[in-house]
Amino acid sequence: MHVAHLSLTDFRSYPSVELELQPGVTAFVGPNGQGKTNLVEAIGYVATQSSHRVAADAPLVRHGAGRAIVRASVVKDDRRALVELEINPGRANRARLNRAPLSRARDALGLLRTVLFAPEDLALVKGDPSERRRFLDDLLVARAPRFAGVRADYDRVLKQRGALLRTAMATRQGGRRGSRTGHTVVRRAEDEAGFASMGAGDVLSTLDVWDAHLARHGAELLGARLDLVEALRPLVEQAYAALAPGSAAVVMSYRGTHLSTGEDDLGTSDRAVLTERLRARLLEVRDAEVERGVTLVGPHRDDLLLGLGDLPARGYASHGESWSFALALRLAAYELLRADGSDPVLILDDVFAELDAQRRRRLAETVRDAEQVLVTAAVPEDVPAELSGFRYQVAEGSVSRGD
Amino acid sequence: MYEGVVQNLIDELGLLPGVGPKSAQRIAFHLLAADPADVKRLAHALLEVKDKVRFCRVCGNVASEEDCRICRDARRDLHVICVVEEPKDVVAIEKTREFRGRYHVLGGAISPIDGVGPDDLRIRELMTRLADGQVTELIIATDPNLEGEATATYLARLVKPMGVRVTRLASGLPVGGDLEYADEVTLGRAFEGRRLLDV
Ligand SMILES: Nc1ncnc2c1ncn2[C@@H]1O[C@H](COP(=O)(O)OP(=O)(O)O)[C@@H](O)[C@H]1O
Ligand SMILES: [Mg+2]
Ligand SMILES: [Zn+2]
Repeated sequence: MHVAHLSLTDFRSYPSVELELQPGVTAFVGPNGQGKTNLVEAIGYVATQSSHRVAADAPLVRHGAGRAIVRASVVKDDRRALVELEINPGRANRARLNRAPLSRARDALGLLRTVLFAPEDLALVKGDPSERRRFLDDLLVARAPRFAGVRADYDRVLKQRGALLRTAMATRQGGRRGSRTGHTVVRRAEDEAGFASMGAGDVLSTLDVWDAHLARHGAELLGARLDLVEALRPLVEQAYAALAPGSAAVVMSYRGTHLSTGEDDLGTSDRAVLTERLRARLLEVRDAEVERGVTLVGPHRDDLLLGLGDLPARGYASHGESWSFALALRLAAYELLRADGSDPVLILDDVFAELDAQRRRRLAETVRDAEQVLVTAAVPEDVPAELSGFRYQVAEGSVSRGD
Repeated sequence: MYEGVVQNLIDELGLLPGVGPKSAQRIAFHLLAADPADVKRLAHALLEVKDKVRFCRVCGNVASEEDCRICRDARRDLHVICVVEEPKDVVAIEKTREFRGRYHVLGGAISPIDGVGPDDLRIRELMTRLADGQVTELIIATDPNLEGEATATYLARLVKPMGVRVTRLASGLPVGGDLEYADEVTLGRAFEGRRLLDV
């Protein structure tokens, strides 16, 4: 697939911009801070409805404006679809498909698929587990948009259960204090928790119910992630070997909190088995959860462990190795999406400047045959010769054809 | 911030569901500019509804007498109770003409974020209704979202040991939404295809 037209209103630095795009390679070149990343970030947003740079949407709206609009005309198998997103920070986004409003913005996911490489990718290897969880979950959504719902449901169960655990925690602490001073135990705890009417009995009986729902929704997310890691593994190995021939082998394993410490992988992603396992683990840790007021077991606490040979990548891999690993993960995502059907749009935001000559060349060779490749670079020399194609000059917020 | 009484009105309006600070302000200034007779009628309607409308002592639905119209209707099936979150859900289900039993209105769903637990819902009243063994089926028609599902599970666990058949509306209802937004045909079909709820 490819994006044939992009139109922005009040997105980032752009009051308004219209851009014709074509299949093949297009490079956006211009000094830093001129708005190159802003353009490709908008395209990424159409695909994932989130930015690769910021967690919240507010910075995406031009300073002083109330909302941003991104329109992209997406061509897939010779069919054209116009996707329009209205970004409303703090409120629900709105979406239209071919001018018809969709009931939820989420329903526009899956119309455009992108794989975006950016300097921020180094965090996939060096950063917190949340970076790797997001990598996996974003890819799940790109492959099957219904996972946006699975993810949202899971987050909501987590929030509900968290609120309940905090009440339980307050009840317990209030109980201790209460018994020392001889006050009415439960009443005091409720006052402290700020919940007028949730008593201790209520809390425990409903915790069982939320456990069941957490386990069910968690198992769906967890099972999908386990399957995804299996599908990615050979592709990551292959991509890494191509980027850094002769280097140590890459190792990838999913570390799930559904397993007890030291326990081996269950060897299955069967949802029913995982549901039961999560439920059992929740019971095991319940005391600690009530003590701390947080959910300690579930996919929101898991990690994707990355290693090179016998050593973990995080903390051990060199800068260059970390880059190769991050690129290999993105390339594997690209291959996987490609194998599902249509070529995703490849976006390479300012990455070539970060790489040595060998990695640069190998990356360029791997991506140049994609249906559409969008590259940003500060200077023309940062665009590898293998990636010749259209050029746009980006300067002071205006985008012009140029070479 | 406006002068005392105006700000009071804005604050009170802002407490209503679906009314944010901006709308509250807009409504307040609309009322300030409106014809005094119109405002009086609105105020009267507000007071009257509080005065005359009450909740059915059996099912919790809105009623103009002690018991609601449905609970008083001798033709309704005494063996089936349909549990809903709000009175508006009763209206939605009545429109389908699929259901001939009686209702039980919980007054919401379990939602720890909002501080709502089972004791805040009319669950004890439901248990009392089930105690005499006359009811053989409980249809749980809470909203098809997480809180509605959690409430359904909670009720099923509570009621199953009493030997009552517990069913849930068939899927096909728009997930994540409100029961009242389902169209009549879909809701009617969901009733026909209700399934046993496993705990
Ligand atoms: N919400 C916003 N409103 C106005 N300007 C913004 C906004 N967000 C970013 N910018 C501006 O956009 C510029 C950065 O654009 P970017 O695309 O990241 O540059 P580059 O060309 O280096 O990739 C900065 O000058 C920044 O001030
Ligand atoms: Mg940039
Ligand atoms: Zn009644």
